[in-house]
Amino acid sequence: MSLTNTLPAPSLFSPVAHNWKLALLAGLAVAVLTAMALPARISFWIIFAMAIVIAAAFATNAYRRKYYGGLLVAPAIAVLFVMNLFPLLWSLGLSFFAYNSNNQSIRFVGLNNYIKVLTNDIAAPANWDALINTGMFVVFTVALQMVLGFFLAMLFAKQFPLRKYLLILVLTPMMLSVVASGVFFSYYYDPTFGILSYAMGEITGNQFILMDNKAGAVAGIVFTDAWMWAPFVMLLVLAGLVSVPKYLYEAAAIDRVSKIRQFWTITFPYIRGLLMLALLFRTIEAFKLYDLVYILIRGGQDTKTIAYLITEIANEQNKTSEGAALSYVILFMVIVLTNLYLYLANRRNQGA
Amino acid sequence: MMGIFEKLGFRKASGVGEAGWGHTLIVAVISLIYFLPVLMIIFTAFKPSAEALSVPPTLSPTSFFGLIPDQFVFTPTLENFGQVFNRVMVAGSGPESTGFGGIGGYFFNSFLISSVSVLLALIIGTLASYGFSRYPLKGNDTYLFIILTTRMLPAIVVIIPIILMFRVMGLSGSYFGIIMLYTAFNLAFTIWMMKSFFDELSPDVEDAARIDGSNEKKVFFKIALPQVKAGLAATFVFGLILTWNEFLFALLLSGKDTRTVPVAMNQAVSSGGRGTDWTLLASIETLFLIPVFLVTFFLQDHLLRGVTFGTVKK
Repeated sequence: MSLTNTLPAPSLFSPVAHNWKLALLAGLAVAVLTAMALPARISFWIIFAMAIVIAAAFATNAYRRKYYGGLLVAPAIAVLFVMNLFPLLWSLGLSFFAYNSNNQSIRFVGLNNYIKVLTNDIAAPANWDALINTGMFVVFTVALQMVLGFFLAMLFAKQFPLRKYLLILVLTPMMLSVVASGVFFSYYYDPTFGILSYAMGEITGNQFILMDNKAGAVAGIVFTDAWMWAPFVMLLVLAGLVSVPKYLYEAAAIDRVSKIRQFWTITFPYIRGLLMLALLFRTIEAFKLYDLVYILIRGGQDTKTIAYLITEIANEQNKTSEGAALSYVILFMVIVLTNLYLYLANRRNQGA
Repeated sequence: MMGIFEKLGFRKASGVGEAGWGHTLIVAVISLIYFLPVLMIIFTAFKPSAEALSVPPTLSPTSFFGLIPDQFVFTPTLENFGQVFNRVMVAGSGPESTGFGGIGGYFFNSFLISSVSVLLALIIGTLASYGFSRYPLKGNDTYLFIILTTRMLPAIVVIIPIILMFRVMGLSGSYFGIIMLYTAFNLAFTIWMMKSFFDELSPDVEDAARIDGSNEKKVFFKIALPQVKAGLAATFVFGLILTWNEFLFALLLSGKDTRTVPVAMNQAVSSGGRGTDWTLLASIETLFLIPVFLVTFFLQDHLLRGVTFGTVKK
């Protein structure tokens, strides 16, 4: 498959367009010099221009040597670098400084921000509480989504009349804007006007308020989130269910294998990979839970998640670098968990 | 019903089996219950605004031949939809300056920003995934993992530096900035999804074409790309749903000329301290739902086939 040929690499200091090593050296030197000598507003654009020069040298080199791989992925890498990795590295750097976005002062403080968010008498307990809340939301929302999504997928696995039209009804919650669904669920849960309190009041005769304690508030948030995203799980599971070859079931029926055993030995292996994928995506998303907590209850009843707290710290109190430090603690945890998960999933796949 | 069955893209041999109208009835009841919160939003869009918070809540525009008691029935009206396009938002000054009047300008912004960024991500991402799949680089897997990592991050981690970066570069409030940002967010997902599709294709066909004298461009456009159409459709729908409804970045990074509909909805929630304007919010959401609903409906067949094709091994 290798289509690369063996053109000689240019010597380090020859000024040709494809000499990317020279471009990289010169670009880095210019970038460092401008960053030190000029204000951010100007140096930013010079560094940007240098990045383009280096990228152009890379591209010319790749084209000349027929590195199609490099050429094809270059635009994607460039966009991701500018819009994703660069801000990420910037905020990583920021977490080692005391930076206040109000008065633009900046001072190197090393690991102080990290120590502060993890051990400070006032801040740390709130952070740990938020962390526990986040863990709780992750477990509950993902579990409910998996159960609901699985149940819905089983319903739609068979072919039946009007299936297409009913499927789209179930997929709709996923398409709603979180603002609208959040606000309307806060209306459904409302103690005075909401339909839930009205129905419960008619049935039991007592006034019913869902969100007046922590358990109720968590239940309300978990239900709303699971309702919105169970269709996503459903879609993945359904895709697995319909991919099972029919002859396997026919063979099992001839051998009189029970339905439950059929499920575990035939169906489950086909949907396991997709279930894992759904679990991974939804867990990552659940760690970011912020908007519903804000819209439904404004973080009341001790339901603040870590994303809520970071937003509060960084946004409302203008402690940007503390927010960044806290973010990196969480990021570290998510990466460790994801890697652990991917490792376990891979090992199981290889073992099976 | 076999027609629909094949249209949905399932081979006859797939292990789904068939069921009759009895099953349809059960699923219809469950689907409708699941759909109920959405239905109530849509109904609220047709309520007279005075009735939005009535106790007991009014539920339905018709009594369904006496099935629903009169106290739950409201008289449907279209005035809310007129409001969407005529009323100027109190908190924002966007729509007048774009000259669309009312909230129409926000809809234009949503259309422009979502469609351009999803398509851009699809083009760049498909090229990249083909590269990752066919011409593996040194450290290919590392690159792919880093790309996935950008997807793992809570948005809040990157939002502060992005705000700062946009401010320095003068990009905050511009179409270019927000479109590139959404493109980057869609890219990770697009690359992973499309790569799994290209990995499933047999490279033999492509090699045969090369031997017959096709150049690399022709191999990609004439042979590889047509085989992953379903994947393109599925990726497009997922990307569209996520971008269409994105709220946090839109709120913080779009200027008064580039605000999208979710931001407008947020303003309907808190317009001038008068509390939530329920009927306005509902009618915005109802209108806002239509495009993405239609796209999903028409690409539904590809959506299911796409997910299956991409992830289940041969």
